Amino acid sequence: MENVKPRTRSRRPAKHWELRLYVAGQTPKSLAAFANLKKICEEHLAGEYHIEVIDLLKEPQLASGDQILAIPTLVRKLPEPIRKIIGDLSNTERVLVGLDFREQK
Amino acid sequence: MDEITGGGLPKGRPTLVCGGAGCCKTLFALEFLINGATQYDEPGVFVAFEESAEELAQNVASLGFDLNDLIKQKNLIVDHVQIERSEIEETGEYDLEGLFIRLGHAIDSIGAKRVALDTIEVLFAALPNHTIIRAELQRLFRWLKNKGVTAIVTAERGNGTMTRFGLEEYVADCVILLDHRVTEQLSTRRLRIVKYRGSFHGTNEYPFLIGKDGISVLPITSLGLDHEVSRERISSGVKELDDMLDGKGFYRGSSILITGTAGTGKSSLSAAFVDAACRRGERCLYFAFEESTSQIIRNMRSISIDLAPHIKKRLLQFHVARPTLYGLEMHLVTMYDLIKEYKPEIVVLDPITDFFAIGSKAEVKAAITRIIDFLKMNQITALFTSYISDEETPDQTIVGVSSLIDSWLSLRNLESSGERHRGLFILKSRGMAHSNQIRSFELTDDGIKIGALDLAGSRTQPTSV
Repeated sequence: MENVKPRTRSRRPAKHWELRLYVAGQTPKSLAAFANLKKICEEHLAGEYHIEVIDLLKEPQLASGDQILAIPTLVRKLPEPIRKIIGDLSNTERVLVGLDFREQK
Repeated sequence: MDEITGGGLPKGRPTLVCGGAGCCKTLFALEFLINGATQYDEPGVFVAFEESAEELAQNVASLGFDLNDLIKQKNLIVDHVQIERSEIEETGEYDLEGLFIRLGHAIDSIGAKRVALDTIEVLFAALPNHTIIRAELQRLFRWLKNKGVTAIVTAERGNGTMTRFGLEEYVADCVILLDHRVTEQLSTRRLRIVKYRGSFHGTNEYPFLIGKDGISVLPITSLGLDHEVSRERISSGVKELDDMLDGKGFYRGSSILITGTAGTGKSSLSAAFVDAACRRGERCLYFAFEESTSQIIRNMRSISIDLAPHIKKRLLQFHVARPTLYGLEMHLVTMYDLIKEYKPEIVVLDPITDFFAIGSKAEVKAAITRIIDFLKMNQITALFTSYISDEETPDQTIVGVSSLIDSWLSLRNLESSGERHRGLFILKSRGMAHSNQIRSFELTDDGIKIGALDLAGSRTQPTSV
């Protein structure tokens, strides 16, 4: 899996989202999570967002940094505070709550 | 601990260690890993769900374990898994592959053979979907077995169930229960092996304590009674007493009991015994339960026995404690640890009387049996002194203990013609022809003097025992 959008350097903290999706190989859950995530971002994240996909099978040492236990896990690194969302992101409501979109408004 | 389980923990399989709060499950798991790394060349991974690596290192530093050093040498990895319930939102299907990957990576990076998960129940509190967690735990234990690592999993005792979340269903091979009880104001820690498939194990509770070197477990007695016996004889410290003992003294590795009412000279005889042993260059460990070291030394000087030089030469070590200070088990484990460390040839317990106050008759007898067996196995000669209240009929407890003893000496007060004399009498001494006479026993400025009894008039008859 590759990154979705090239990273821009402009800083608008309130509207810039850094999202990290942790997966373990191309499993059905991982693929579903990625697809769901893209859809949600395009529909709800008006501002800039950046999704980084980390495959722990390829880079296992990265699991401890963000304290990843469940797969898939979506980590919202920016805006702070860090939020973690586990699961294949099929429940859009929950994803929105988890990402806390109220900050956007 | 290895003795109790019949060889240690099952290799390549998970063991469940459960207990209430403060039962030192973490320490148990940690020591398992540390010992593996330092003694058996088996690196380990400690997955800490509750404490950070720094906290753990601090906790065990006082026990002489240097975690940071082990980590530096790549013999140990401490991975602190933090799960913040508030941070997490569940949005669909997931599994715990992240944990597997982390653990696998850690194990592979140092070639770990031992793994500890402390305490994996935190997962249940942090993640709402218990069905997924259970399924993943089952998968985890199978995975650990396949990886060929020996794992320790800690869990908290449940109310009425072994663990709060039923972990015992998955870790069915070996379960160890830790317990911390306070009875009659004495606190004791015990451990018990609940199940252990495929091997023999003791089913009793075994007391343990956290000493300055970590966890010490009291070894089980070898009920087989198959220890080697020595033919060697050692002096009692008083020549005339040796004469009464077939001219040669006690057997090395035997157990000796000296009883008598107050002030009859039991400690003095013990001191003479110890003095003779130190002069032979043998190490003695003297457990004093009533008097301080300095008091004993002072008293013995008055009968020309000087123990101070032996202490200076490290041939004699005193350990002073009041029996009521802690529980019976704690005394036992402390003694065991000291004996193991100091490796004496002679051990004295003076007096054991007060132990009857901190345990029932059966418990005290069991405790003394254990000590005697342990000492015999190591060919250490043991000397016990004890008060008796009535010379004619020794207390039942003493009689019960005496059956374990090889040589029983009795010191008595004898009255005749308005004079009091002390008498020494050998009630029994297995394996040798011993004198059956009551001899006079005096503590003089020149030492202990044993001689013929000179009583004008009626003579007290020894009671048959």
